[in-house]
Amino acid sequence: MRRIISVLLENEAGALSRVVGLFAQRNYNIETLTVAPTEDATLSRLTVTTVGDDRRIEQITKHLNKLIEVVKVVDLTEGEHIERELMLVKIKAVGAQRAEIKRTADIFRGQIVDATEASYTVQVVGTSMKLDAFIRAIGELSILEVVRSGVSGLSRGEKVVSL
Amino acid sequence: MELLSGGEMLIRALQDEGVEYVFGYPGGAALHIYDAIFKQQAVQHILVRHEQAATHMADGYARATGRPGVALVTSGPGATNAITGIATAFMDSVPMIVISGQVQNDLIGTDSFQETDMVGISRPVVKHSFMVKSAAEIPEVMKKAFYIATSGRPGPVVVDVPKDTTDPALRCEYQYPASVRLRSYNPASRGHSGQIRKAVDLLLGAQRPVIYAGGGVIQGDASEALTALARQLGYPVTNTLMGLGCYPATDRQFLGMLGMHGTYQANMAMHHSDLILAVGARFDDRVTNDPTKFCPDAKIIHIDVDPATISKIIPVEIPIVGPAASVLHDMGAVVRERLEADAGAVNREALARWWTQLDEWRERHGLDHDQRHRVGPGEPIKPQIVIQSLYRATRGEAYVTSDVGQHQMFAAQYYHFDKPRRWINSGGLGTMGFGLPAAMGVKIAFPEAVVACVTGEGSIQMNIQELSTCSQYALPVKIINLNNQALGMVRQWQDMQYGGRHSQSTYQDSLPDFVRLAEAYGHVGIRVTELDDLEDAMAEVFSDRNRERLVFLDVCVDQDEHVYPMWVKGGSMRDMFLSKTEQT
Repeated sequence: MRRIISVLLENEAGALSRVVGLFAQRNYNIETLTVAPTEDATLSRLTVTTVGDDRRIEQITKHLNKLIEVVKVVDLTEGEHIERELMLVKIKAVGAQRAEIKRTADIFRGQIVDATEASYTVQVVGTSMKLDAFIRAIGELSILEVVRSGVSGLSRGEKVVSL
Repeated sequence: MELLSGGEMLIRALQDEGVEYVFGYPGGAALHIYDAIFKQQAVQHILVRHEQAATHMADGYARATGRPGVALVTSGPGATNAITGIATAFMDSVPMIVISGQVQNDLIGTDSFQETDMVGISRPVVKHSFMVKSAAEIPEVMKKAFYIATSGRPGPVVVDVPKDTTDPALRCEYQYPASVRLRSYNPASRGHSGQIRKAVDLLLGAQRPVIYAGGGVIQGDASEALTALARQLGYPVTNTLMGLGCYPATDRQFLGMLGMHGTYQANMAMHHSDLILAVGARFDDRVTNDPTKFCPDAKIIHIDVDPATISKIIPVEIPIVGPAASVLHDMGAVVRERLEADAGAVNREALARWWTQLDEWRERHGLDHDQRHRVGPGEPIKPQIVIQSLYRATRGEAYVTSDVGQHQMFAAQYYHFDKPRRWINSGGLGTMGFGLPAAMGVKIAFPEAVVACVTGEGSIQMNIQELSTCSQYALPVKIINLNNQALGMVRQWQDMQYGGRHSQSTYQDSLPDFVRLAEAYGHVGIRVTELDDLEDAMAEVFSDRNRERLVFLDVCVDQDEHVYPMWVKGGSMRDMFLSKTEQT
C-alpha cells in the first residue's frame, strides 16, 4: 500500500543523507521525496512516499525515529490528509494540437506557463493520481519533458506535525 | 576560562569523560591531536599496528567494563581501516567513540591526499556521527558523542575532525558542558507500567515458559535483575551467543545457548514453549531459523530499549520499550506482589511437568563433554576438549574473547560463563580478527584478570600484527589457537552443503610456525599435538612462571570435527543435526 510519511528533522548538514541512506540500506523503496526548511529555520520537513505492508511501514517509521536528527515522524495516510504534487510538462504543440492541449489543461485546472511556436509548458497541481491522469490524457507521444515535485502533504483538520 | 586549541580540547574532553585509554594510530590529519596527547598524562594512548585493531581494542575494553571505548585514527586509510571495527561494535551495540582526523576544511571535496568522506563511509554502521565545523564546538560535540554512544541502545559514534579545527595557533575558551539535551533523541528510561502488568499476567499464566535473554541484558547491566526474576518464577533460561554470562551457566535453570549451534534442550524448549520472555534479544536469523516456523505455540513478551527491534522479525504480543534493568526490576516487583497475594499464581503443577520434559531433553543435550575419554592414542585432539581444558585451568573465571568460526562456537558451548561481560565475541558482524585485539582491550582494562583469546589459525592471522603491540605494552594475554589447518566453519558447511568440495578453505602447507612467530615477537610459544600433553601445556600457559608473559598455545586439532548441534537450514528451532549421523 502507498503511504505518505512526513518527517521533521534538524536542518543540519548530513541529516538528509541519513534518511536517504536508511531507505537504501534497509531495502525500503522511495517513490517520491521532497524536503525543504519550515517556518522554523532549524527544522526541515521531509515528505516521502513509499510502498509497503503495515509491518514494513512500522519498521520504516521506527527506524526513521531512531535517527538522531529526526524529531518527528507521522504516517499521513493513517488519517485524512491532503496531498499535492506539482508537475511541469513540456508538450509538442503545433496546429490543431494547440487548442486540444489548452482544453485538456483547462479540464485539469492546469495553467500554460510558457509557450513557443511549437510547444506549451503546462503546470498541473494535484494528487499524484491526477498528474498521472493528465499525462495519459495528453498522450505520451506529444510529451517532450516532465518534471514532478514529489508529494507534499498535511493532515486534514486541526492536527499538526510539530515539535 | 582556559584557552585551549581544538586538539587540546578533544583530549581534555576525554579527560572530563573519565577516559583512561585511547587506542589509535597517528597520521597527518591527526597530528595536532597527537601533539595534545603528548603534552598530558591523564589519557594514555596505546599505539596499535593497524587501525582495525584499535577499534577492536576499544570495543573489548568497552564490553568488559561497560564504559565507552575510544579510538583515534587519521584521515583516509586510517579512517577506512577503522570501519570494520566500527561495524563490529555497531552490530553488537557497543558504546564507542571514534575520533578520525580529516583533511582541513578548504581541502575537503578536492580529492586531497588521504581524504575520504568518513562521515559518509561510516554512516550505515554508526549510531551517529559528527563533522566538527569549528574548534569552538568541540566540547559540545564531544559531550553529545559520549551521551549518544552510551545511552539508549549503545553504539559507536564517529567524530570527524578537520585538521584546521585542531590548529594549535587557534585557541578557544574551554568549558565542558555538564549535561546535554537533544530534542530529537530521548531514549526510554522506564518501561510502561501497564504493559509490565499485562506481561506479568501472561508470565504467571504460562505452562511452558522460557526466558530468552540476549546481549541487551549484559549491555544494560541487567544480569542481576534477570537472575532474580528467573529464580523468583523458577522458569528456565536460555541465552543467545551475545547473552552468555547474563545468567549463570552452571545454574540448574540454565538450558544453554540457543540457535544455530544451541543446545538440544534450549532449542526444543523454545519450539515447544507457550510463552517466551525475550529480554535484550533481537530474534536474529541465527536464532530463529525459518521465522515462519518459529515457536508456533508461543506468545511473546519482548523487552528492549530499541523499539525498532520489537516485532522486526517475529510479531510479539506484549512489547515493552525500556532499559532491561529497570523493566525487569519493575516486573520483579509486580511478580512479588502477585505471589504474596496468591501463592498459587504460578501454575506449579504445569511448571513441574515442563521441567520433567526439559530434563529429559537435557539428557540428550547434543554436547559431548566426555570425548576425551574416548580418544585413542594417535588420534587427533578434538577441539572441544581444548575448551574444556581451558575452562578447568581457569576455573571458569577467565575473560574469554574469541574470533569467528568453529572455535567460537566451541568456546560458547563448552566454556560455561557464570558472569556477564566475561565472554567477548563478535556475534553480529562475525568479524575474524576480533579476538586478539579485543583481549588486549580487556587486559588493559583489567590488568590483574586472566584473559584468554580462543582463536583459530585463520582468524588469528587477520590481526596477528598486534603481537607487537602486546610486546610494547606488556600485555600478557593467553592465545589458545585451535589449529585445524583449515577454515573450519567454511569447511564444515562445504562438507554439509557442498558435497565435501573444500573450495579455498585450506592453506596448502603455508601456515607459519606459530611458536617461532610468537617468539619472534618476544612471547612464549607452545605447541601441542598429542592429547596426553594438553593438560600440562594448558597448566603451563596459566602458570605463575608465565604470569607476565603472553603465551601462544598452538594446539593441533581434528580437521574433520564439526560443530553440533547444528540446525537444519530452513527448518524450525527443533530441527537439528546432533552429529554427523543423527538428526532430530
